[in-house]
Amino acid sequence: MTQDKAAPASQSIMVVGGGISGLTSALEAAEVGYEVFLVEKNPYLGGRVSQLNQYFPKLCPPTCGLEINFRRIKDNPNIKVMTMTEVVKVDGQPGDYEATVKVMPRYVNENCTCCGECAKVCETEISNEFNFGMDTSKGAYLPFEMAFPARYVISPQIIGTEDAKRCKEACKYDAVDLEMTEKTITLKVGAVIWATGWEPYDASRIDNLGFGLYPNIITNMMMERLAAPSGPTKGKILRPSDDKEPTSIAFVQCAGSRDENHLPYCSYICCMASLKQATYVRERYPDAKIYIFYIDLRAPGYRYERFYKKIKEDENVFFIKGKVAEVSEDTETRNVTVTAEDAVSGEKIHQTVDMVVLATGMQPTAAGMSLPAGLKMNADGFFINDFEKGGVFAAGCANKPADVVSSNQNATGMALKAIQTLVRR
Amino acid sequence: MDKKYGVYICKGCGIGDALDIEALSAVADEEGLPVKTHEFLCGKDGVAVIQKDVDDGINTLVIAACSRRVNTDVFRFPGCIVDRVNLREQVVWSHPRSEFPALTEDQKDDGVHFDRVQMLAEDYLKMGMARVAKVDLPEPYKVETLSKKILVIGGGITGMAAALDAAEAGYEVTIVEKEAQLGGHATEWRKQLPLSDPYERPIAPVVAERIKAVEAHPNIVVKTETVVARIAGEPGEFIVTLKKPGEKIEFDVPFPLPDEMKVDENGKELDAEALHKKYMEYNKGKKDILTLDPNGEMFGAVILAAGWRPYAPAEGELDHLGYGKLPDVVTNVQFEQMAKSGKITRPSDGREAKTVVFVQSPGAGDDSDFAYTGAVTSMVALKQAGYVREDYADGKAYVFYQHMRTPGLSENFYKSMQQDPGIFLSKGEVVGVSKNGSGLVVEADNTLFGDKIKVGADLVVLATGMVPVTKDDPVINLAYRQGPGFRDNALFDDYADSNFICFPYETQRTGIYAAGGVRRAMTVEESIEDAAGAALKAIQCLESVNRGVSVHPRSGDMTFPDFFFQRCTQCKRCTEECPFGALDDDERGTPKPNPTRCRRCGTCMGACPERIIGFADYNIDSIGSMVKAIGVPSEDDYEEPPLRILGLVCENDAYPALDMVGLNRMSFSAEVRFIPVRCLGSVNVIWIKDALSQGMDGVFLLGCKHGDDYQCHFIKGSELADIRMKKIGDALQSLALENERVAQFQVAIDDYDKLPQIINDFVAMVEDLGPNPFKGF
Repeated sequence: MTQDKAAPASQSIMVVGGGISGLTSALEAAEVGYEVFLVEKNPYLGGRVSQLNQYFPKLCPPTCGLEINFRRIKDNPNIKVMTMTEVVKVDGQPGDYEATVKVMPRYVNENCTCCGECAKVCETEISNEFNFGMDTSKGAYLPFEMAFPARYVISPQIIGTEDAKRCKEACKYDAVDLEMTEKTITLKVGAVIWATGWEPYDASRIDNLGFGLYPNIITNMMMERLAAPSGPTKGKILRPSDDKEPTSIAFVQCAGSRDENHLPYCSYICCMASLKQATYVRERYPDAKIYIFYIDLRAPGYRYERFYKKIKEDENVFFIKGKVAEVSEDTETRNVTVTAEDAVSGEKIHQTVDMVVLATGMQPTAAGMSLPAGLKMNADGFFINDFEKGGVFAAGCANKPADVVSSNQNATGMALKAIQTLVRR
Repeated sequence: MDKKYGVYICKGCGIGDALDIEALSAVADEEGLPVKTHEFLCGKDGVAVIQKDVDDGINTLVIAACSRRVNTDVFRFPGCIVDRVNLREQVVWSHPRSEFPALTEDQKDDGVHFDRVQMLAEDYLKMGMARVAKVDLPEPYKVETLSKKILVIGGGITGMAAALDAAEAGYEVTIVEKEAQLGGHATEWRKQLPLSDPYERPIAPVVAERIKAVEAHPNIVVKTETVVARIAGEPGEFIVTLKKPGEKIEFDVPFPLPDEMKVDENGKELDAEALHKKYMEYNKGKKDILTLDPNGEMFGAVILAAGWRPYAPAEGELDHLGYGKLPDVVTNVQFEQMAKSGKITRPSDGREAKTVVFVQSPGAGDDSDFAYTGAVTSMVALKQAGYVREDYADGKAYVFYQHMRTPGLSENFYKSMQQDPGIFLSKGEVVGVSKNGSGLVVEADNTLFGDKIKVGADLVVLATGMVPVTKDDPVINLAYRQGPGFRDNALFDDYADSNFICFPYETQRTGIYAAGGVRRAMTVEESIEDAAGAALKAIQCLESVNRGVSVHPRSGDMTFPDFFFQRCTQCKRCTEECPFGALDDDERGTPKPNPTRCRRCGTCMGACPERIIGFADYNIDSIGSMVKAIGVPSEDDYEEPPLRILGLVCENDAYPALDMVGLNRMSFSAEVRFIPVRCLGSVNVIWIKDALSQGMDGVFLLGCKHGDDYQCHFIKGSELADIRMKKIGDALQSLALENERVAQFQVAIDDYDKLPQIINDFVAMVEDLGPNPFKGF
């Protein structure tokens, strides 16, 4: 195959996905001096980590690092952020791609000052997916408090209703544009980084673990929202059935992960996430009993091992090596009994608790979608990088399950791989 | 720059409803500054109003509207000084009229009533006007001769990957490797862990082809049997002296004096010149750090990929496992070397080792792995179990682990190795290894094969760890006054790791980026990935130096600290307290700045008792003038004048949190005036003294958490501020003021829900103390 060496090399990079990996790739490349289009399907940047209360093992809020990253974006004209945007098509070859992207209507334009008057008058409540449906938001909403861009969104659900009209009338700044339509834009870029991240595995598919059947069984991502000051309970951990403060909580590890019927791989973060969430519970409820059912506690390396050791010192945290086989509910108290087999002794263990957290794993967002990535995908939906060919790369959890540190390392490296593609041309 | 001022007040988002805009405009008017108001300043028309003035020559703008965290691009006017006065989030949204009512006509000027919210807004406007008068537009700092060459320390897998990645991006790279050949530990392996999907089987080592690629690359120079004697200078122009391992030369890096040598026999601190003399004696035969090697080679940035060494158990440490006593108990590294050189045999007698037990955790009542391990050591045990099966059809490998640590897709590797009928994997605590005839017997408790079992073995392999070489030696040998290595590695078990989850390549030494085993126990795949990231950061640093701007976290900042040396008293505080070692003092103790090492936090400015350090847009005078601009009402003004309290807040975390208080329409005392600071480390106590001596009633600082899990983006800023605030007590007592009037609170960015209470509690406490007696003087 001959390549047209005379074709002008584009000095731009398109990063697909504005989560922590995509932000990192985009910023690191832009701060070298390259132009970056950061394309995000949500109305805000930050992705999965923006839903987390704290990072392990430092127990610091993700919004702190996001704030710095958002500031880096604001200060850097090299980065063009496109929210509510999805990639439809990518044509071309390394160094010379044409990407077609679709921008969904936000129904709010750049006049928005974030004053919130539209939300005040909006009567429709819609399920708040940012909080996994644990509460509702108005049909005109700010995705979350620290959202960037700091601009409201009007849900398509209220378009065509009186509510939408009310929002428009309430806006003094002519920021509500109900006539907004989907737009298609073409971008010329030299390299593409797919940082499409992950989705929490759908826990209701794990039949034996009772999610969706029993209200007091939640997922680890829901726990993050419950513990977050910006969450549906303003940071109070309350069990869903009766808003009671739980006195006992069980964490069920590998809920879907390391399971041939669900996710055959290990999701990397759930052991550390549960250890971290044990600290959320402890901070709020000094006497609550915490039971962690696990296969292996994957807390490798000096940092994670140190964190695990600290949790082990808590005499009200109990570690049980055994996979949970089933759960049942007391219909009166709504307490949940977890049944597991101790892997070592073979003994059946029954533990009744107020609340259960399923440590559900990560499924690549790209799984089951037909993204025009130009990369091979493994059976589980993770993109496989082809560094020989180059031009297109996968970063972060689109490539493999990883924690935030590893994702950011990987994403920084992928920024360089993208730059190499541009330089080579 | 000849400043031409313009003040712009936005009336949108409730500002115009809550405030008397006319009165507010009059504040600017009184100062003789032209003022314009607009209903919707961030809209096209509003911006056009400002732009027209800018086109007509206005170049110093005070924009009183929303927080500077929003509409950043809208209110960016290149070539102009801009101050954003936060009337929206921190005045009207957080001080609703329902709680802070406006004055009725009768109440106006009655000497009793006052409008707290209006006063707050007017103070903030005055503070913004005061600031722009005192700041300048920054001009970038340029190094004299920029080198874009990258030095890679270490020629193992990580160093080679970093070199190839940087070279492929068009940069010249030199690798220094202390051994005679490239390749590092990887040359001693029979097989390695997989590099890509499906991550199922060990693969042939890639090291040989990597060495070839490095040697063939036109952008890469390889220097074997070479180490770094010293790295002097700063990013963009590091002057590097290289030498043969073991050689002693005059450009070997000097070490700082230990603390006990910094005092005389009476425990009194030595003066700068005596210190320097002692330091030169202590480093006899070595040139001072400020003497540049005329034969040194210039580099722009450095990648530290010096790797790891095998953990050497102390004598008796692993007695219960027979290590050091039984010759057939070996470490994973020793086992790998044996496997590489041929069939696996027993060291004791050279006989075939067909049954091998791999021990993942030292046990002794604990389920931790060996020290300095990671997921990689779990995976290596599995890989090595495979060797037993390769060598002997009837071979058996047992792996006893407390936790099989194969996270992510490396689970595939675990599963695949499990398929082998000759590999037995079990949780279990190995309690002892002893001799049994010519073989060994391993005792383990709580295994999947039984509660207490004994397994006969020919050989026992311990999954010991990978110690970062930075534990033994600084390696980078920086000719920096603060010392030759990274600081605070003890926090990270001596790895040269970053403290920041979001920013894994942060080090306390700008321009030097660590990767691979020196940073954490890593697989080859992880090391190669990590190398690419470090290479990117090295390149980014060079390009930032080239543009004259800071690197992370103030990326793009063009300012840098400027020193007025005539007034320097050589106290060395700036040199010692800079978190990044940016300053090197000379033999008299005068600091020599190295601007490209600097991250622009301003800790030096906060440290300086003579107040001779400042930035173009952020200095003692600019903040001091803001403090002085705050109106402090006294009994001459009102019967019961309101308190005035100053809040100096970290702009990265506390300031956004205050904005969130406003966004959520929570409210707090209107007596507090906030000034954002780059970092609490940059807070100079003079601002606090000024505030109190002008009659303000209290001062508090809001900054990041410190301690081992510090959240300060400038490492030590909030901690240093805390120390300084504790020391301020004496000064307060000399003013006959209570210590409690100055406080510091640690807040995270998501603590906004707690902020109103923190603020109000402080105000209430000061109220109890009573007004500052200096008020009105």
